[in-house]
Amino acid sequence: MTNQITESKEKRQVFFDLAFKLTTRFFAFTVLALLAGIIVELFIGAMPAIHAFGWKFFTSTDWDPVNVKFGAVVQIYGTLVTSAIALAIGIPVSFGIALYLTELSPTWLKRPLGIAIELLAGIPSIIYGMWGLFVFAPHLADHFQPWLIDHLGNLPGIGMLFQGAPMGIGMLTAGIILGIMIIPFIASVMRDVFEIVPPTLKESAYAVGCTTWEVVWNVVLPYTKIGVVGGIMLGLGRALGETMAVTFVIGNAQNLSFSLLDPGSSIASTLANEFNEAFGKVYTASLIELGLIMFVITFFVLALSKLLLYELGKREGEKT
Amino acid sequence: MNLYHKRRFINGLNLTLSMVAMAFGLFWLGWILWTLVDRGLASVTLDVFTKMTPPPGSSGGLLNAMAGSIFMTLAGIVIGTPIGIFAGTYLAEYGQKGWLSPTTRFINDILLSAPSIVIGLFVYEVYVASTHHFSGWAGAFALALIVIPVVVRTTENMLKLVPNGLREAAFALGAPQWKVIMLVTLRASKAGIVTGILLALSRISGETAPLLFTALNNSFWSANMNAPMANLPVVIFQFAMSPYDDWHKLAWAGALLITFGVLGLNILTRFVFRSKTTLH
Repeated sequence: MTNQITESKEKRQVFFDLAFKLTTRFFAFTVLALLAGIIVELFIGAMPAIHAFGWKFFTSTDWDPVNVKFGAVVQIYGTLVTSAIALAIGIPVSFGIALYLTELSPTWLKRPLGIAIELLAGIPSIIYGMWGLFVFAPHLADHFQPWLIDHLGNLPGIGMLFQGAPMGIGMLTAGIILGIMIIPFIASVMRDVFEIVPPTLKESAYAVGCTTWEVVWNVVLPYTKIGVVGGIMLGLGRALGETMAVTFVIGNAQNLSFSLLDPGSSIASTLANEFNEAFGKVYTASLIELGLIMFVITFFVLALSKLLLYELGKREGEKT
Repeated sequence: MNLYHKRRFINGLNLTLSMVAMAFGLFWLGWILWTLVDRGLASVTLDVFTKMTPPPGSSGGLLNAMAGSIFMTLAGIVIGTPIGIFAGTYLAEYGQKGWLSPTTRFINDILLSAPSIVIGLFVYEVYVASTHHFSGWAGAFALALIVIPVVVRTTENMLKLVPNGLREAAFALGAPQWKVIMLVTLRASKAGIVTGILLALSRISGETAPLLFTALNNSFWSANMNAPMANLPVVIFQFAMSPYDDWHKLAWAGALLITFGVLGLNILTRFVFRSKTTLH
């Protein structure tokens, strides 16, 4: 009798075990399906534009809703240029911050300063946009941009990057703000990877007489370079897809211009501005295709970033 | 200048530059927060909390936008959290072998940083286009999709911190695995999982891009999740981009509230739970 009860109880538990496992498995699978769903759904949505323009979408600078002619060159260019400016600002500053936090900061300041930098990532992107449009862009227009135009505008070669009127808004402004926005992401990865360097390595370098800078440059950085590149890729992925901040300050002009001071547009800003007003199948589909292009690019950048960081983690695991 | 002095000089220079970089980062944080206080504080009056969004030229507040934001954020959390916890549990408790868990973990890490505007496009395609109207539910779904990867990540990390001895002790008493997970490991990591949910909450409270194509906006009070719904970020966007002065003032008030709300939540989670969860 008691045996029968325990047996049926056991059977019930086996069933529950299986059901629980399958439920969690199902939801894990949902996460995978989500990514596949996004790509498939965007692809289907972009179909009319893919049919209409084919590969010409990637070589045409047209963005003409009236005559239904679309090409993505302007938007892709704007996205890449603003992200490049962002990296040019974000990489050195983040490196400096990570260096300060791991090597120089007094212990009691480490945590508050680390949190303060991470708070930069907590500020919603729309706030960066508002601040950029109403406060930062006018400052740039009054003080920084006239100087750029006077001093760099006439140089051969790079001069063409700094021509035009000091309007405040434009690709340079968008790039600078993106640079500020990605600092916390890159800096926190760099700080985390700098901290895994075995103290004995650093101590031996100090023992043979290296300066702090030489230890960082010749020991810490080579040891963690995969992770550092991973962090930079993470920042790039963020910069490529950032929407609201860029929409406020890039100027939203749909024409190609090499001067960084001119307004332009990025993929994300075009989507934010035009998607709700888009009319007709091909217009909407072209916007969705832009979204697909952005998603695919950021996917590969972020995937590379994660692979590099996993690689560093794995090596770390082998050594200990 | 001999080699010794040169090396000392380079060292000093670079370390100074590193301090400058730190100051550079803090400078922007300070400037942005100061701008918000400077421009927003005067506009935060009782009206902001009690009146609806006004047409240009008349006075009003942000009540319907705040209510809409709260509805959609809560719905997003309620939908996204269980999915995230189950998936995270699978990764931590059953994920030792097979292809599913490493792949899911990898994809989840990518979704964590994926551009949120694409999530908006996706929900538009799947939900808004088939129901033919913008709605609060669509906004909530978009936010839920942002919540999921955050919760998956923190749940997995927290479950992995639970010492195996606890699991073994429970198994030794004859408990089936689902009971071990539900009553021992999940319970042991409750605080960490709550941290994850709060982080997700602070993450979606300021999200604008995914709501543009899903919840849209609404100038009036509406508690109907099947209709377009006002929400703070989109109202701020619309008001800030408008040429009207009184709309700008409301936008700054909203910006101040949202930023200090999000940052306050952020700091609170860190200090209350003091967890080592990193999210990037």
